[in-house]
Amino acid sequence: MSTDKVNLSRRTILMATAAAIPLVSLSPHRARAEGLEGVELHRYQPVFFSPAEWQFVMAACDRLIPAEGKGPGALETNVPVFIDQQLHAGLGDDVYMQGPHKADAAPTLGFQHDHTPQQMYRIGIKLTQQHSQQAHGKPFEQLAPADKDALLTALQKNGISFADLGEPTLKPSQFFGQFLGDAKNGYLADPMYGGNKDMKAWVAIGFPGARAAYTEWVDAHDVKYPLGPVSLSGKRA
Amino acid sequence: MQTITNDDVDVVIVGLGWAGSIMAIELAKEGLKVRALERGPDRPPEDFAYPKPADQYAYAIKNKVFATPRDAALTVRYNTGETALPTRKWGAFAPGTGVGGSGLHWTGVLIRPTTTDLKLKTYADQAYKRGTLDPDMRIKDFPFTWEEIEPHFDKFDKICGLSGTTGNLGGQLQPGGDPFEGPRSSPYPLPALHDTLNSSLFAATAKKMGYHPFPNPSANVSQAWTNPYGAQLAPCNYCGYCSKYPCLNYSKASPQTAILDVVKRMPNFDYKVNANVIRVDLHADKKTAKGVTYIDEQQREVFQPAKIVILSSFQFANVRLMLLSGIGQPYNPLTEQGTIGRNYAFLSNGDATLFFKDKHFNPFATAGATGEMFNDISPGNFDGPSLGFIGGAKIHSSQATGAPIGTALPPGTPGWGKGWKEGMVDWYGRSMKIGITTTCMSYRGHYLDLDPNYKDPWGQPLLRMTFDWRQNELKLQRHLRDIVLGIAKELKPDAMSENFLGLDSHWDITKYVSTHNVGGAIMGTSPRDSALNRYLQSWDVHNVFVPGGNAFPQNFQANPTATIGAITLFAAEAIKNQYLKNPGPLVRV
Repeated sequence: MSTDKVNLSRRTILMATAAAIPLVSLSPHRARAEGLEGVELHRYQPVFFSPAEWQFVMAACDRLIPAEGKGPGALETNVPVFIDQQLHAGLGDDVYMQGPHKADAAPTLGFQHDHTPQQMYRIGIKLTQQHSQQAHGKPFEQLAPADKDALLTALQKNGISFADLGEPTLKPSQFFGQFLGDAKNGYLADPMYGGNKDMKAWVAIGFPGARAAYTEWVDAHDVKYPLGPVSLSGKRA
Repeated sequence: MQTITNDDVDVVIVGLGWAGSIMAIELAKEGLKVRALERGPDRPPEDFAYPKPADQYAYAIKNKVFATPRDAALTVRYNTGETALPTRKWGAFAPGTGVGGSGLHWTGVLIRPTTTDLKLKTYADQAYKRGTLDPDMRIKDFPFTWEEIEPHFDKFDKICGLSGTTGNLGGQLQPGGDPFEGPRSSPYPLPALHDTLNSSLFAATAKKMGYHPFPNPSANVSQAWTNPYGAQLAPCNYCGYCSKYPCLNYSKASPQTAILDVVKRMPNFDYKVNANVIRVDLHADKKTAKGVTYIDEQQREVFQPAKIVILSSFQFANVRLMLLSGIGQPYNPLTEQGTIGRNYAFLSNGDATLFFKDKHFNPFATAGATGEMFNDISPGNFDGPSLGFIGGAKIHSSQATGAPIGTALPPGTPGWGKGWKEGMVDWYGRSMKIGITTTCMSYRGHYLDLDPNYKDPWGQPLLRMTFDWRQNELKLQRHLRDIVLGIAKELKPDAMSENFLGLDSHWDITKYVSTHNVGGAIMGTSPRDSALNRYLQSWDVHNVFVPGGNAFPQNFQANPTATIGAITLFAAEAIKNQYLKNPGPLVRV
């Protein structure tokens, strides 16, 4: 399992450098040339999350899509950058938000509470950290991996109560669902949005990205497609 | 407070999707001065140059070319006793907006209903014993014969370069096609798309089991095509970005590729975008319209005078505009008086996902309409009456897209963590679906009206949808499930998951089905129980025509676009040949 070892050590480096090195902006020249595809996670300055929130987001992404096992993890693929950029760019501004809101509606009637994705992250992170402090005496990012997974599972299954922490309408599962959905989107979207760095997730699963031309391939049934992915910016992996 | 009045036009078209574009070209070719008003932005083909649409996150997750719920939500409730709640995010359906409408990003399955589907009430009365069907069912025949409408289906097939295998040519069954289709006056314009692995596995097994599979009829063209308007379509390159995406290859018939490139060059046609029509303005006697009022992109109110008003926005937007404008009487489900809003119907889907650890499906190499289907389980073609329900489905294995967000994983795969990540590596491209797209009957209590609580950003009430599943539709689902699972088992997958409705299911607005909402302003033979006559002309306001899915009295198993195209062409011909000579009601009762 040498691959696991490499991935784990890479994650350790990413986590360590994110915490230890002062965050600096990309040089404007580099940003223009590469856009979000050229970002190095340990040098990235979040534009939506506060430094404290960023610690949580990095640590939680690292458990939602961890480094261990086959395929790259969320940190290796810059998933936190994607989430930060999407929240900054107005994710959720297409939602109908006029009241009255009936937060306890039947689940089959869909999203009905009154929180934007941005508010869900702000509130969700704050309350999850409060719970972590109460239960473990330290913030989420300092928990052991198994304790992190247990707390994320508790969020997913409403095993803890945000209401007890002073938030009456947002359920932990709603925050978790938004976070997980965004993490998966960032992992699998085109790299121009900041995640899926170097198309590593596409390489791992065998998706050719934006090639978008298969006239001569459609008749080749049950044959593995031989070419690696291409991004919208024209890069190959 | 009207500040602006535009120059007069002969025809104003509200909504520039398929129906609006057909009306635009057909009426502009008559020499009429035609102006289209589109609530959304322009969507010129250069925006979709290769490979820009190859972006799943933008188009399929963030719905880049759809209306937003912020601007176009409606409210939903299951019955008249409940307070309806807004569709704050799209789920079960997602309407388009902008030039091309839903026709820009549709999947491109262009299939006709059967002759029985168009005469469903007649069939039900003949085949079902009185009292076997739900007494609240309100199904109807379409108000024309197959012979009357078929030439218009044929014309729309040619506008779209329909690609597929002919099943019934003038009454003669053809090998490889759908033996249940109504007689065609001419064969499919182009041969079928090539089958992918899922399609060929499904078709071979279904055939072995006695069904009659045929290639999904496709408006993603298989070969170069020049349509009757002179518009040119290029052979589909199986790019894998079709359903929810604009076409990057000029291969999918859309209003842009099949019509607008031509009509935009005509001097007597123009169009305005970001022009949100808020009402049709009627004369005092409410028998004719003066024109329409819209909010332009500077948020100014503008009056557009017109001799003929075409409401051709999305199905429920058409119904809402009629209600907001006082065209006809709103439907009341208790008294069954009034016609605007009645016979609303949706549809259901369901599927089994079959996982094969050693097969490569290459799902990214596909056209939107790629797949095979069979029509054996459609009304009149199986023993529905003994099963206690009416309806049917197309049963198909389609592969509309293969982009990875949302990839199905085998049952038991964790939703996150190492297990999910490894599941993606192990199972992406290793599965196929067998699905159903069902009929949906209309019922007394399923209808559309204006919501008393929620408003849009312009201060107008949202449309309210009262709808839920009935036992008829749920029994149909259970029957179809047995058939799908029977085929699935023959294919011997390594793992399988299923997604069908149970007999106690409520409509789940969070799970995408199809944007095939129909009814609400239906065509019929009497102004007592229909909003429109057979030419889609309002019974109440004779210079208002309302082409769209709103005209269907119930939903059949076929996708709606072929029929929307055909009835719009039928109506356009009636306007050209009859109405212009003698403006007034085209059907006297």
